[in-house]
Amino acid sequence: MAKITYKHPSGTVTIVDVEAPNTVMRGAKLNNIEGIEAQCGGSAQCGTCHVYIDEANELPLPAMDSVEDDVLYGTACDRTERSRLSCQLPVSDELDGLVVHLPEAQS
Amino acid sequence: MGPRGVVVVGAGQGGLDTAAALRGRGYTGRITLVGDEPVVPYQRPPLSKGFLTGAMTAGELELRPRSFFAAHDIELVSGNRAAKIDREGRTVLLESGTSLPYDRLVLATGARPRTLPVPGAAALSGVLTLRGLADAERLRERLTGPPRRLVVVGAGFIGLELAATARKLGHEVTVVEAQARALARALTPVMSARLVAEHLDAGVRVLLSREVTALWGDSSGRVEVVELDGGERVPADLVVVGVGVLPNTELAAAAGLQVGDGVIVDAHLRTDDPDIHALGDCARFPSPHAGRHVRLESVQNASGQAACVAAAICGEPVAYTAVPWFWSEQYALRLQIAGLTAGHDETVVVGDPDGGRFSVFCFREGRLTGVESVNRPADHGIARRLLATGSDLAPDEVRRPGFDLKTHVHTPRERLSHA
Repeated sequence: MAKITYKHPSGTVTIVDVEAPNTVMRGAKLNNIEGIEAQCGGSAQCGTCHVYIDEANELPLPAMDSVEDDVLYGTACDRTERSRLSCQLPVSDELDGLVVHLPEAQS
Repeated sequence: MGPRGVVVVGAGQGGLDTAAALRGRGYTGRITLVGDEPVVPYQRPPLSKGFLTGAMTAGELELRPRSFFAAHDIELVSGNRAAKIDREGRTVLLESGTSLPYDRLVLATGARPRTLPVPGAAALSGVLTLRGLADAERLRERLTGPPRRLVVVGAGFIGLELAATARKLGHEVTVVEAQARALARALTPVMSARLVAEHLDAGVRVLLSREVTALWGDSSGRVEVVELDGGERVPADLVVVGVGVLPNTELAAAAGLQVGDGVIVDAHLRTDDPDIHALGDCARFPSPHAGRHVRLESVQNASGQAACVAAAICGEPVAYTAVPWFWSEQYALRLQIAGLTAGHDETVVVGDPDGGRFSVFCFREGRLTGVESVNRPADHGIARRLLATGSDLAPDEVRRPGFDLKTHVHTPRERLSHA
């Protein structure tokens, strides 16, 4: 279980508990948090579950593989060095306290 | 907007997303979502893949948790079918007898599999189609256990994904396709050939330009032979028919709305009744990417059109212009299609089709219309962005040695502030 914070561009902040092995994407869906579409259901195909990891993050995130890296070229909002696909971030105790920022648009 | 609210008929991806997008836009009226399946809205794409292998459970398919509907004040009426639209009274009558008054009605009725018009197809057991969760559960039951002889009729997306999944599960698979190549309407010849080669490598028997003429069963009425033109008889324990779908337009047609391989809508996805919208698999709409009316079957199309319909209902109509895209997974191939490639007059292949990573850039009169990619997701994503903004990418540029689409990423449109 990990506490995950989702920050919306509007300023709304939602903090929820997400159980392993759900992903940060699924955590948003299960908690009715808008702003993550995940049209492909979490198979790293569509790039509509794009999030920006908080600048101050020091938690150990799983490494980005080449598929995720490539998919991030096609996100609706431009990628930055903090961009990740939330479907590729499985929640674990280690991610307790993770803060992600949602983009203005996903598609 | 009056007090009757919005009724959405069809609780698939498009129907659910319409309801969610209405609430997302602050719509406070009544929303009723009517679905004929006795379950909460779920993802269909895994039904031919991970759901059959057991990698995904029915619970994991659910698009939203059950709590979503109460949390957003969306009344979900499942296991019930709309029987009739009374346009004058602006009411939908359900088969259960309930009538639902509406200010706006959204038809997201989807499509149903075509059946095989050959002797034996309707009467024998062991002849299935795959569309809904119940179909997938029946199929999963039969694909769990000892190897069986599966004949897939139709080398479309569903048929080929199912063939790949069944091979993975150890079954003996034959695919029969009437056209000369797989996915002839959807894919370029080079992509069709690569997919078929992949299936052959995996041990699938692929029979192209062959028609099924009859199905034969044993004395208990269970299918055991698929007969092809020319008389060949292919033994089968199980037959799955994947020969395309028919849009569910009966409700619209009976209400006098304009239909023709889909419910006909305008650029705002409105039918010829301004109070009724249609979207997703069941709707035929004018696509700026096709230059004509088309009907598309995809998650992206349903979801994107849902957002468009919700905007129109909330009084902020915008034309639907989203770039269509599609995906499929077969073995280790991640196939992605950006744009509409039908009608291209020139293609340029980047990468090596036999090396498992390549893209086919499709042009019409020198303009990029679509890109098919295998295991090159950056090409796919960037192509979606280029097609959305209008691309001047020329075929000769793509042909140049060392061409890399990543150098064509637009300058940043926006950066999120983390202040």
